[in-house]
Amino acid sequence: MSNLTDITPLRWLMRNPIWGFVVIVFIFFSLMSDHFFDYRNFQNILVQTSTIGLIALGMTLVMINGNIDLSVGATLALAAAFAVDVQSWAMFATWGNWQILPAVSLALLVGIALGAFNGFIVWKTGVDAFIVTLGAMLGIRGLVFVYSGESSFYAMNFAYSDFSALSFGPFPVLAVIFLLCTLIVHLLLSRSVHGRNTYAVGGNREAAVNAGIRVGPHMMVNFMIIGFLAALSGVLLSTQMGAATPNLGRDYELWVITAVVLGGTKLTGGKGDIVGTLGGVLAIGILRNGMNLMQVPAFYVYVILGSILIAVLILDKRFNRTADGGLRL
Amino acid sequence: MTELLEPALRLQGIVKTFPGVRALDGVDFEVMPGEVHALLGENGAGKSTLMKVLAGMYQPNEGQIIIAGQPVRMTTPIEAKAQGVVLIHQELSLVPEMSAAENIYLGELPRKGLGWVDWRTLYKNSNAILERLNCNFRGEATVVNLSIANQQMVEIARALTVDARVVVFDEPTASLTDAEKVVLFDIIKDLKARNVGIVYISHRMDEIFTLSDRITVLRDGSYRGTLTTAETNEDEVTRLMIGRSLDLSRDTAPPKLGATVLDVRDLSCAPLFEGISFSVRAGEVVGFYGLVGAGRTEIAETLFGLRTAERGEILVDGVPVQIGSPQDAISLGISLVPENRKEQGLVLSMNCRDNMTLPQVQKLTSGPFVSSGAENEIFDKYRDKLEIKTPSWRQVVGVLSGGNQQKIVIGKWLSMKPRVLIVDEPTRGIDVGSKAEIHTLLRELAAQGYAVIVISSEMPEVLRVSDRIVAMYSGRIMREFTADEVTEDSLVQAISGIKTADAA
Repeated sequence: MSNLTDITPLRWLMRNPIWGFVVIVFIFFSLMSDHFFDYRNFQNILVQTSTIGLIALGMTLVMINGNIDLSVGATLALAAAFAVDVQSWAMFATWGNWQILPAVSLALLVGIALGAFNGFIVWKTGVDAFIVTLGAMLGIRGLVFVYSGESSFYAMNFAYSDFSALSFGPFPVLAVIFLLCTLIVHLLLSRSVHGRNTYAVGGNREAAVNAGIRVGPHMMVNFMIIGFLAALSGVLLSTQMGAATPNLGRDYELWVITAVVLGGTKLTGGKGDIVGTLGGVLAIGILRNGMNLMQVPAFYVYVILGSILIAVLILDKRFNRTADGGLRL
Repeated sequence: MTELLEPALRLQGIVKTFPGVRALDGVDFEVMPGEVHALLGENGAGKSTLMKVLAGMYQPNEGQIIIAGQPVRMTTPIEAKAQGVVLIHQELSLVPEMSAAENIYLGELPRKGLGWVDWRTLYKNSNAILERLNCNFRGEATVVNLSIANQQMVEIARALTVDARVVVFDEPTASLTDAEKVVLFDIIKDLKARNVGIVYISHRMDEIFTLSDRITVLRDGSYRGTLTTAETNEDEVTRLMIGRSLDLSRDTAPPKLGATVLDVRDLSCAPLFEGISFSVRAGEVVGFYGLVGAGRTEIAETLFGLRTAERGEILVDGVPVQIGSPQDAISLGISLVPENRKEQGLVLSMNCRDNMTLPQVQKLTSGPFVSSGAENEIFDKYRDKLEIKTPSWRQVVGVLSGGNQQKIVIGKWLSMKPRVLIVDEPTRGIDVGSKAEIHTLLRELAAQGYAVIVISSEMPEVLRVSDRIVAMYSGRIMREFTADEVTEDSLVQAISGIKTADAA
């Protein structure tokens, strides 16, 4: 949207408190840790962030639409399993490095199909997305274990596991993919008819229906986008590890939702943007990275993140309470 | 009839049934080009169903829609709009977090190919429309930041995005100030001059008689007749609408007034209301009349502890009090029957008894459990007292009629033994018969010694129930009337912000 012109930096920050927080933790860790303010480390943060970040982009769309998707972690695991396993199928044995192509394509298609499945059920049955995707989360995770026989797949093709080490100039390839997707989804959400209708459906569903917007297809498209992004994230994660474990992506849905909500997207839909989500994702990334460098035990990260989530939402409530005119409820 | 007089739109024998209800029963209706045709009927008479059929949201079971001589079928609102039928919704149908321009073109944002929004065209077109409407905001403004009246203007702006053949206005003035009304009427005249057919739905007789050329009346889903406005009068229309002349008289027995129970002095909460002073005595009904947004509901919310006043004093029985929460208000004997009973007054999925005992359920215990007997006792008492019609206390509140739901809310607060009972829009969405019952009930409650404040946007209602009427405009009290001195004219002037020469 083009109303950024009349907004002072302070006002902007009050609407996006998460970016204030990003700056604060960035300065904090730069002062506290010798290894943080280092360009290698920044690369690290971007790469570490990209996994959750990609899914968070899709989750922003789905949540603005008034839905939620809990099945992303499981989708990620299934896509990763396909991507790694299919390469080693006998029929592709003579393909050389080209064997990666059908494997990754299939993985991404599986992600899109699972998203379409979720979206279709939500559209046609009217069952709450929370329930539908909760079922999908359990079911897909089960499929992963069935498919993998409870063990991990290992990538035999070194081109695959070396992929994540590539870089474009100073930027690691995973970071480039993440930033590119961020830009695309941002434009899609803020500039395209589908993106604006996504806001309309989540903001006032009745108004959208009255205006002749076809609510169902828009929801299904967004579920397909998040399915694709979760699968992409799974593929990239498996290139980093050179393997796909059946437990890959566990709890990711919670990290993703935390990041998106930190970024100012409303759980009830109609409000939020990719700029905020990027802030939320970076906040989590910097925090995990910085505390890791300071050798803080990992579980403290959970405590701190939980407190920050609540604190940010309290701040948001205080700054943005114009709508109800101070009515005490 | 000559060929020139082809109606812009004609509905023939429209029947629409829902499971168990015949919402429309063979309705005929037509609008000529360049005509303002008013559609009248009580709540539930089928007006909104008819409009939804027109807008393509419902499919009629029988009957035909004929536009410019051609029978058409419309299955979506977009199709209806493409046929030139535009519906301006009564309840704001806007997306709060989007810009006014996007809302105006909702569902048909201009595109640049590949599905990108053409922002330049969007803002240019919508700003042109808003200028035509004399709006003082631009298309870039976010809807959530606009006032209710401006939001209504956004809704109206939607009608001007296409070359409309027929525009349906569903109670468009409900939230407009007088100045904005003038603009709206100009727009309607402008549309009329350009040979657009206008369907105008409103409860305000004065508007209908100034604007319309013909009036069609619906009752209980069936067609009651069409009158030419110039040849009829309010009484005839009312008779068609409710089947009898409306009894606007009130029982004239002078109230037995007790001591002043509630005294409000210079209460302010800018920008919602300012300098509010009034008092209510036991046995008295004070009516608050004004337009939507005049600050009446906000005063009630302040008295009930839902808002904090900036300054001013509230005295209960002559003692200054601080009301910081609804709990404080309840313990001081102040009760609020809210404006929107379905959202604010009732838990629709709970049964009648539990709804009624909700505010005091923690006191109705025996041991650690809620005492069913005590709850039933309260429910039975007020069911009899208020004549609530429900098969049993187990009935879920959501399925009761509007009038009975309202009585449950009133019963809930009466059972708390209040001194002051504030009722906000007590008969909104309630049919005529039950309306009269609620009015009688409010009079009786006053006679029993309650101090009653009635907030209403319906003039007949305030005139009927109030002993004194406080007229509000834009957050201020314009004038206070006693029942004897009030006239409709002076009341309308007071709530429109016009100061009359003879104002006391």
